[in-house]
Amino acid sequence: MATEFHNLQELRQSPSLATKVFIQRDYSEGTVCRFQIKFPSELGSRIERTLFEDTVKTLNTYYAEAEKVGGQSYMEGCLACATAYFIFFCMETRYEKVLKKISGYIQEQNEKIYAPRGLLLTDPVERGMRVIEVSVFEDRGSSGSSPSSNVSSGISQR
Amino acid sequence: MKHCEYQQIDPQALSTPTPTLPPQHAVVQEEKKGETARRKWEVFPGKNRFYCDGRIIVAQQSGVLPLTLGLILVTTVLFFVFDCPFLLKHLTVFIPAIGGVLFVFVVISLLQTSFTDPGILPRATPDEAADIEKQIDNSGSSTYRPPPRTKEVMINQQVVKLKYCFTCKMFRPPRTSHCSLCDNCVERFDHHCPWVGNCVGKRNYRFFYTFIVSLSFLTVFIFGCVATHLALRAQGGRGLMFALQESPASAVELVICFFSVWSILGLSGFHTYLVASNLTTNEDIKGSWSGKSGTEDTGNPYSYNNIITNCCSVLCGPMPPSLIDRRGFMPVEESSQTVATEIELAAKNEINVCTQGTKDLLESASRSPCPQTGKPQTVSTSCPDSIDPADPAVTFNPDVTSDPDPVAVPSLKCGGRHHSHTTSPPDEPRQLHHHHHNRHHKTRSARSSSKRAALHISNPAYNVSLSPPTSPGLGPSHGTGAEEHVRDNFATLH
Repeated sequence: MATEFHNLQELRQSPSLATKVFIQRDYSEGTVCRFQIKFPSELGSRIERTLFEDTVKTLNTYYAEAEKVGGQSYMEGCLACATAYFIFFCMETRYEKVLKKISGYIQEQNEKIYAPRGLLLTDPVERGMRVIEVSVFEDRGSSGSSPSSNVSSGISQR
Repeated sequence: MKHCEYQQIDPQALSTPTPTLPPQHAVVQEEKKGETARRKWEVFPGKNRFYCDGRIIVAQQSGVLPLTLGLILVTTVLFFVFDCPFLLKHLTVFIPAIGGVLFVFVVISLLQTSFTDPGILPRATPDEAADIEKQIDNSGSSTYRPPPRTKEVMINQQVVKLKYCFTCKMFRPPRTSHCSLCDNCVERFDHHCPWVGNCVGKRNYRFFYTFIVSLSFLTVFIFGCVATHLALRAQGGRGLMFALQESPASAVELVICFFSVWSILGLSGFHTYLVASNLTTNEDIKGSWSGKSGTEDTGNPYSYNNIITNCCSVLCGPMPPSLIDRRGFMPVEESSQTVATEIELAAKNEINVCTQGTKDLLESASRSPCPQTGKPQTVSTSCPDSIDPADPAVTFNPDVTSDPDPVAVPSLKCGGRHHSHTTSPPDEPRQLHHHHHNRHHKTRSARSSSKRAALHISNPAYNVSLSPPTSPGLGPSHGTGAEEHVRDNFATLH
């Protein structure tokens, strides 16, 4: 558990990236966008399991909403076909609207929960919807020791 | 694209105080700042071409698209000029109206299919690739040539194997396939259509379907109208030859429509079947789901087992956005910091951890325990034939840089060849079309090799630093020489 809380200012001053953790996709329900809720061991000491799992579950809910094949998407699809798909130039699709909501949510989570713990979530859209990238920054309390020790401990995990 | 404040605490963007730098570094940084920021499409690693500053994306070879457009235009224009006046007078005004609507649909859906991103997956970042390699190394063997990497997942209680893509350095999501012509992984890959000049995948399948359905309607409509026109002219015992002499353009239209209607109707029927059973052409040809049980419904884990639901989900489902962000800007700080890294390496042989940026730490630490033996295997083992392991420029590529361009280039050399083997079986029925491309390979390879050279030259310091014995002039030409050699091999496979 991190004993020191960081804020964004502190992170700006000592930006030592220790490692990156990748949350992979969960394909058990098909090709819909869903991420595994498995809590990675590298984050064990940095953040509470429930907080992290809540974030991933909320993201999954948002993606399910974006990809839901229901009344509204049928309307959108039929209207698009009827207008020879010109409507896509004028209107924002529902998927894009939900993606904007998601990026707002991730930013809010980063500000409130992750940055104070020296973590940073990257929006999956920037990684091709393949992974949720969690950047783990070095704990400021241990920055007295040389950064190479953190990195070599990362290597020894291999 | 996302200009949120977290760009600022991105470690690459922050400038840590770097020590006494050689004057080269200052010069290069100034050069980078002086350049206008480049858009991501300019450094896109696949073989696509971009127009209108990244708004329009097409495959490398669009050789047959002008023919498709030309045929449709010629036939429709002839129809409107020579047949419509007669039919307007003798039948009804709806004939040209319907023809016009169908024509508009056909052309718009064709252009949408050709110019839309089919669902290209961006290649894995070096960090992701390293993470995946780590997981594979943990579980796999350490033989010189690793076995084809697969991962099994359960989808709707059915086991599906995911393959590792050596070019894109990631496990392909289900239903994703790597197109060797475009050198991209495409989601829900259907096929690469030369008539349309693009891959058909998740994002443009509905346009493609609209195109072939409306084109079959248009072809049948024109055929019917022209036949009616000729029949009306031949009335009164004057005979067909007389009618043809009066309206020779109708003969041309008849011939074109007659020969195209069978293939287009057949294609529409085939794709209607695919849509109804939620299959892709790729899966159908490979027999991914039909081999296991008698009926196709139980085999396919993606099917909803209901024709209407399948149709609606494929054609009226939500439109996912393009993942490759063609018009986004390259982060200038990242590339300049990377360039600085390479120059520092050239200047000093040993790595001084206290003086480097944070991203450099990870790269250098991953490299230092295995300078020549570990990482280069990822390049040489995938294609030992086409890469000269002695070439330092090639060997060092996967290790050093965080900039995706040099990593992508050698993987293109070997990935392209590798994937020509894996994807040629589904392309077998399309060989007729691919013979067109053999002619284009030689002419296009010159342009592509200049693009590859440009990718090399974009980091001139990188070339200089990593291969001091070879001049920068040799570097790109060696790379492109290998590239052309690989592409020729690919061409001969077809």
